[in-house]
This record gives sequence, C-alpha cells and structure tokens, in this order.
Amino acid sequence: MTPAGLEISGGETVLFWVIAPLMVLAALGLLFVKRAVHAAMCLVFVMVSMAILYIAQEAPFLGVVQVVVYTGAVMMLFLFVLMLVGVDASDSLTETIRGQRWIGVLIGIGLAVILGGVVANATFPPAAGLGGGDPGGVANPQALARVLFGDYVLAMEAVGVLLVTAAVGALVLTHRRRLTPKQTQESVADRRIKALPDGVVLTPLPPPGVYARSNAMDTPALGPDGEQVPQSVSRVLRIRGQERPAPEGPAVVVSTSSTRGATSSTPESERDA
Amino acid sequence: MDITNYVVLAAVLFAIGATTVLLRRNAIVVFMGVELMLNATNLAFVTFARMHGDLTGQVLAFFVMVVAAAEVVVGLAIIVTIFRTRRSASVDDVNLLRG
Repeated sequence: MTPAGLEISGGETVLFWVIAPLMVLAALGLLFVKRAVHAAMCLVFVMVSMAILYIAQEAPFLGVVQVVVYTGAVMMLFLFVLMLVGVDASDSLTETIRGQRWIGVLIGIGLAVILGGVVANATFPPAAGLGGGDPGGVANPQALARVLFGDYVLAMEAVGVLLVTAAVGALVLTHRRRLTPKQTQESVADRRIKALPDGVVLTPLPPPGVYARSNAMDTPALGPDGEQVPQSVSRVLRIRGQERPAPEGPAVVVSTSSTRGATSSTPESERDA
Repeated sequence: MDITNYVVLAAVLFAIGATTVLLRRNAIVVFMGVELMLNATNLAFVTFARMHGDLTGQVLAFFVMVVAAAEVVVGLAIIVTIFRTRRSASVDDVNLLRG
C-alpha cells in the first residue's frame, strides 16, 4: 500500500476514456438491439472491456476470471440456450401492460439519477491504491488467495457446495421424463413382424433402376415380371410426382433378345454389356 | 482523472441493466440485463477495493462472479424448461403460470 496515495497514470486515464464510452454504447445496445444474439455479443464486449478495466485497476486475477467465467462460460451458455430456443426468437413489441415502456424508461433514468447523485454527493477518502507497481504490493493473486483462503475459507466452501447444487439443479430441471417405453432393436423387429399381415415388407426396399441412359434415383427398377416397382423410388419423390418412368416399357423385357437386343436398354442387356 | 469515474461508470451500467430488465420481453435478454447489473456491482467492488487499499472488495467481487455463474446455470435451465412447455421465451407469457 502506498502511503502517498494513488496517482492514476495518464495511460489509465486514456484507457478509461476510450473504453468507458464504448462500454456504455454496447450496454445500450443490449437495450435497443432487436435480436437476442446481437444483444449477447454486446454483452460479451461489455464483459471483455470490464476485464480490461479490472486489470487496469490492479485486479489481474479478477480480470482473468472475468474473461474465463463470464465471456468464456456464462456467455457461451447464453448462446447455447439461444440456439436451443431458436435464434430468430425476437421480441414481440406489443405491450401487454399499457405505458409499461415509458414507466420502465422513467424508472431507469430515475435510478441512474439517484445513483449518480449518491456518487456525486458522497465524500470518498483519498484513493489508497493497492501498490500494484511495488514488489511488496498486495495487488497480486497470492495476496488475494491469502485473504480468500484465510478470512473467507468458510464462504469458499459454501460457494463450492452452491456450485455443485446448481449443477445438479440444472440437471434436474432440464431432465425429461420418458413417456413411452424405450425402443430397442428387438421391439422394432417384433413390431414389423406383427405388421406382416398388413402388407409391410420385411426386407429392405429395392434400389432404383440402373439403365444405359439413366441410373438416377428417380427411375424405378423393373421387377422380374417386367413391371415397374414403385417402392424402388424414394417416397418423397413419389409424393412430389418427380419420378421418371423406366426408359423402355415392360415390352422390352418380354421381347426376345434377337429382335431388340441391339437397341434395348433392359437391365438384362445392361448387365451383359 | 479521479477514481470516482469508475464508480460513475458502474452506476450507469447498473441503470442500463435495470432498464433492460424492465423493458425487454425476451427472457434471455432480461437475464443478460441481470448479468450486466452484477458486472456493474463487481466494477464498483473492484474500484472500492483499490480506493481503500483493501483486498476484501476483490474477494467479494470474486464471490459475486461464482454466485452469478450458479445463478445463470439454474436460470437458463428454467428458461429452457419453460420454452419446452410453452414454445416461447417471452416473459409476458409466463403469466399463464397462475391458475
């Protein structure tokens, strides 16, 4: 602790006047920005700037913790939940309570005025500083650890219990109870076999047809009887009506290879070639 | 520059956070306002620790951070649970909780 009091350097003054307006702007962004993701990014900026101010204010440990805990963990958790809830979940602007917006603005300005008045009217002692520049100063993580695990060791333990409780609480809150019995491979097989009399096919569906001029997914295969097999085309394509007919008709298959062999594009001739 | 400027900055940020809580409808943004208020108090703590030359302020700021982390975890879990049942993250719809 420097007995002569704290002299705030010019560099810190410049840092403050650069960062503080930006922080206030970003915080206002939280108020005015439409999308929740943009608000989260504004808050990330505020928190990183806050970490810089901590380090400038002889609290390097808190600065690092601020970056790790707030921007690293808390804001990422916010972004995760935003992704879960849906990124485009923007605010509805209809007021359910009439005049709520103006009352809110009024209360906010009133709070700022009251807090500013208190700060302006309070007489602060001359700043002592933590002696960050001195080798024997207390502004280092070791000194903080000595206070944390000396005077506040009980609170430290309680905070540990609190963190575990919070983790368990989050697990319990987001736990979803299973309403239907879990499906296993065996139960699925049983169900399909039970549905066999209703015309369900047990085997895999036939693949689409492969021909000389087309082997796309939208051409049906030909069955052994020469008929097109509709199941060989994807159900989505069938519903959209995007399936193409097989190149030649079933007539090609029933004809002999001597008459049509040169030009035919039946699956049989395809395999021979 | 006076060290009081930091306190004024903390007060301004706190007021902005409180206004966010009052004005925004999206529960997640409201929660961000709470986080902003917690951060503003932390800045005040750190500033007062420096002003008085006492590390207790920094220790308290540290505890605030830890408790805020626990609070965020539980709060976001509640928001996710409400969203699952209501398909909405708007705080106005939560009045459906009654009855």
